[in-house]
Amino acid sequence: QQMTVRDALNAALDEELGRDEKVYIMGEEVALYDGAYKVTRGLYEKYGEKRIRDTPITEMGFAGIAVGSAMAGLRPICEFMTFNFAMQAIDQVINSAAKSHYMSAGQVTVPIVFRGPNGAASGVAAQHSQCFAAWYGHCPGLKVVSPYSSEDAKGLLKTAIRDDNPVVVLENELLYGTAFDMSDEAMRDDFLVPIGKAKIEKEGTDVTLVAHSMSVQRCLEAAQQLQSEGVSAEVINMRTIRPMDEEAIVKSVKKTNHLVSVEGGWPQFGVGAEILARVMESEAFDYLDAPAVRVTGADVPMPYAASLEQASLATAANIVNTVKRLLLVENKQSVQH
Amino acid sequence: EQTEASFSVLDYKLHKLESGPSANVTVTRDDALKLYRQMQVIRRMETAAGNLYKSKAVRGFCHLYSGQEACAVGIKAAMREGDALITAYRAHGWAHLMGLSVAEILTELTGRRTGCAKGKGGSMHMYTKNFYGGNGIVGAQVPLGAGVATALKYSGSDNLCVALYGDGAANQGQIFEAYNIAKLWELPCVFVCENNKYGMGTAVERASASTDYYARGDYVPGIWVDGMDVLAVREATQFAADYCRSGKGPLVMEVETYRYSGHSMSDPGTSYRTRDEVQEIRQQRDPITNFRDRMTTSGLATAQELKEVDLGVRAEIDEGVERAKNEAELPASEAFTDIYSNTAPFMVRGCDPFTTHPSHTH
Repeated sequence: QQMTVRDALNAALDEELGRDEKVYIMGEEVALYDGAYKVTRGLYEKYGEKRIRDTPITEMGFAGIAVGSAMAGLRPICEFMTFNFAMQAIDQVINSAAKSHYMSAGQVTVPIVFRGPNGAASGVAAQHSQCFAAWYGHCPGLKVVSPYSSEDAKGLLKTAIRDDNPVVVLENELLYGTAFDMSDEAMRDDFLVPIGKAKIEKEGTDVTLVAHSMSVQRCLEAAQQLQSEGVSAEVINMRTIRPMDEEAIVKSVKKTNHLVSVEGGWPQFGVGAEILARVMESEAFDYLDAPAVRVTGADVPMPYAASLEQASLATAANIVNTVKRLLLVENKQSVQH
Repeated sequence: EQTEASFSVLDYKLHKLESGPSANVTVTRDDALKLYRQMQVIRRMETAAGNLYKSKAVRGFCHLYSGQEACAVGIKAAMREGDALITAYRAHGWAHLMGLSVAEILTELTGRRTGCAKGKGGSMHMYTKNFYGGNGIVGAQVPLGAGVATALKYSGSDNLCVALYGDGAANQGQIFEAYNIAKLWELPCVFVCENNKYGMGTAVERASASTDYYARGDYVPGIWVDGMDVLAVREATQFAADYCRSGKGPLVMEVETYRYSGHSMSDPGTSYRTRDEVQEIRQQRDPITNFRDRMTTSGLATAQELKEVDLGVRAEIDEGVERAKNEAELPASEAFTDIYSNTAPFMVRGCDPFTTHPSHTH
């Protein structure tokens, strides 16, 4: 059966709210409005205002309140309408949520989920279109996941809610309406996807493509095109940004001898930069037949106009071209971009 | 020997309240002795902390509470079992009142393994049951405190949370965000502004367009209380706690006080205020001296009895100082533990790719 990412997230929330009385949701428009992106649809009606709480548009304040309630034993799910707005609250996420367990030598625990859409949206310009994976992925004390498919979304969110640590769940608005196959197992209410484990979305032998969230889709498209040109790409869906599944990447690179990281975020100090550095420092380095490279969002704030926006986001064509250069594949037909 | 005595305190100022606490306060001899001792422990502990700092046994930041003792001791005296509290970085006194021993605090200051956070937190990050820090980010503790109050209300208890901040933090946007949600959700939270007149070196008049901190909650009722009088603070807190527990939501309490030391140990505290100002307050408004006078003149205790209390306090501090100097620091391998709670062991990267450490050592 198929399910959209939105419905998968909604099912995860519903199941975990039903399972544990300490779980509650707070955020802008999560209750009466059913969520700005309808991820919390129907939950207010089912669970009432104690469990599903609308907040004013004051990210720093409500994020701090969510963190404080987690310190005192609740398991809040703090929705940010988008992660762009969570920048207002990033002090509470990092200084209060991520560090308290360490600063207290283990006395304070902060079981909280920060979730919401992340990454480039469509036609909303610079302030509403950027990826925060590298920002949160930088910080010890946080766990950071970034689902691609409906199974990822449901299983990772449920695991995040049950985790005793602060977990940042970076969803993608553009995928909310996308339907994916759900296995019978994934439909069950005890379905969990472990944090820290990547998934091989497509096996291949010639090059490893590593990506998360929306970029996994770009990689799968690219892999399909490459196949027609005789290049077999392996696509790794990271699922988790921190802790990163280095082992899965190393293992794949040892098989394919080529690595390309793909992400929506900016190149400098990004997720791809970290992936490449890890491979450089690992035994996989000796297996590389060419330098590992990054495909990323362009190094510019996101422009508004459609053609400019398109030029700022990595497409399958960018990936295909990059792989072909890396593998020294002749251009049989020119790839437009 | 009197078993109790009554004193009049400075008039409270009220904001959006029809009546306030009584300006005539009664205290029993036992309670008075306890309040006195607690204030003395904090005063002497801070003196010891300052000396340890000067001898370079304490690293980094060290913010002393001397002069402000009546605030913490008075508030704590009106708190109930199970009530929670969070404060900012001037946290040593509160850490003690919330249950940590002098030795656990002083050894934390010197970064030793027996410290209340095993030397991982230091001066600004101390925790114990119902005490959520010790938070080093100015203003951040206020929404956190409202969050603790959210959890208390959620669980159906009639406990409350006290969230303290200074006059310097009082202009932070997140304080007003927290007031707003606390009022909307009728949270059992007492927001306490400890106005010690200076945010670092900036006098309140130079930082706040309104220095009526008790009224800055707007729609949240408030009380101003003389923060140099432990009995006034206790009485006002009792009133605030009753108000919160009755389900009326939050309340703001301004305790006007004074800090004797500089902002931190690196601040001599003389460029933005005069030595005369500090001296005058020490001589005329000191919370401990004045309370001692009240106790002896009213017959609640004799000077001799209080001297004996002081001797006991000194012994407690001395023991703490000894341990602060002599306990060991944690082994370096412990720098890599306590990052995550209840998580499968993994290898933590050290400072080069060839140096990794287990995330769990026991």
